[in-house]
Amino acid sequence: MAKRSAPEVNAGSMADIAFLLLIFFLVTTTIETDSGISRKLPPWQPEDVEPPVIKQRNIFTVLVNSNNQLLVEDEEMELSELREAAVEFLDNGGGTGDEACSFCQGAKDPNSSVNPQKAIISLVNNRGTEYGTYIAVQNELVAAYNELRDREAQRMYGMSFTQMEKNYNDPNYNGDKDALKEKIDVITDMIPQKLSEAEPTS
Amino acid sequence: MSKFKKKKSGDLPAISTASLPDIVFMLLFFFMVATVMRQNTLMIENKLPFADQVEKLDKKDLIMYIYAGKPSKRYQAQYGTEARIQLNDKFASVEEVQQFIYSERESKREELIPYLTTALKVDEETNMGLVSDIKQELRKAEALKINYTTVVGDAMQNVE
Repeated sequence: MAKRSAPEVNAGSMADIAFLLLIFFLVTTTIETDSGISRKLPPWQPEDVEPPVIKQRNIFTVLVNSNNQLLVEDEEMELSELREAAVEFLDNGGGTGDEACSFCQGAKDPNSSVNPQKAIISLVNNRGTEYGTYIAVQNELVAAYNELRDREAQRMYGMSFTQMEKNYNDPNYNGDKDALKEKIDVITDMIPQKLSEAEPTS
Repeated sequence: MSKFKKKKSGDLPAISTASLPDIVFMLLFFFMVATVMRQNTLMIENKLPFADQVEKLDKKDLIMYIYAGKPSKRYQAQYGTEARIQLNDKFASVEEVQQFIYSERESKREELIPYLTTALKVDEETNMGLVSDIKQELRKAEALKINYTTVVGDAMQNVE
């Protein structure tokens, strides 16, 4: 009797199986990257440390209550006006002598900040404030800083600050990164982001 | 009558699909390599707020995720509707945040520890009380670099 050869396995459904797997991985793939507002928290300190004394004129208080309403410098304000108010405060440049601000274009109001290095924005929120509102307020305050930094960077180096930072973080940027870093440092020294957050009120 | 009569056929021969699996497998391997699986199954509602002054978070392996929000529908019977923290795959209390940070640090290489960032993925309807509590714990654990993860968009949409 002739030797029977082993029957060949039908490989026709192999493609189906592979397609099934392919579709599974297609669906589960996420190529998006997260983005968000980066902040640095202050280090933990014991309770008994005396806070430094800061002149009232250099503090810009933003209060958010549990109904998501804003109280800015003891006046009620809409969120849409916050950015402008913050820029006005930072850019005031009311200082004289050592504290004078060489680049400020503000109103030089004697009751507002002396210069951007001294100016502090203090954000106090309530425990009942919604997170969305808090982020919106943070976003507006960061935007105020960015607006000023952009203006100064444009004036001094002919390039906006956000563009400079973008180039600096871009691995494919083929300019001089050290020089760029120096420029960024100059701008951040001129307009430091001094955003203080107090413990929430309950 | 010959045994070896050539079959007479005028039809076109069928195109061989034998190499189809190879092509598909090639695609499959590409997607398998490129896939980043969702690390955590979300047990909470997580609608992120909008912001436009954002920075990108690269280097996924250097990020620790903390989620917070209302428990999603299927867990509400068990855990209620009060906003909660989720670490890895389970609900956690505020006190457990520190422990979580320490164990995450433990799992990373020593020279990478200063670059670790904590990403806070918090639902936009959560109260700030919970977020502040998390921030206090992070300060105690000396995890000072944080990022409020947001969706890129106009921040005014948050207050509507």
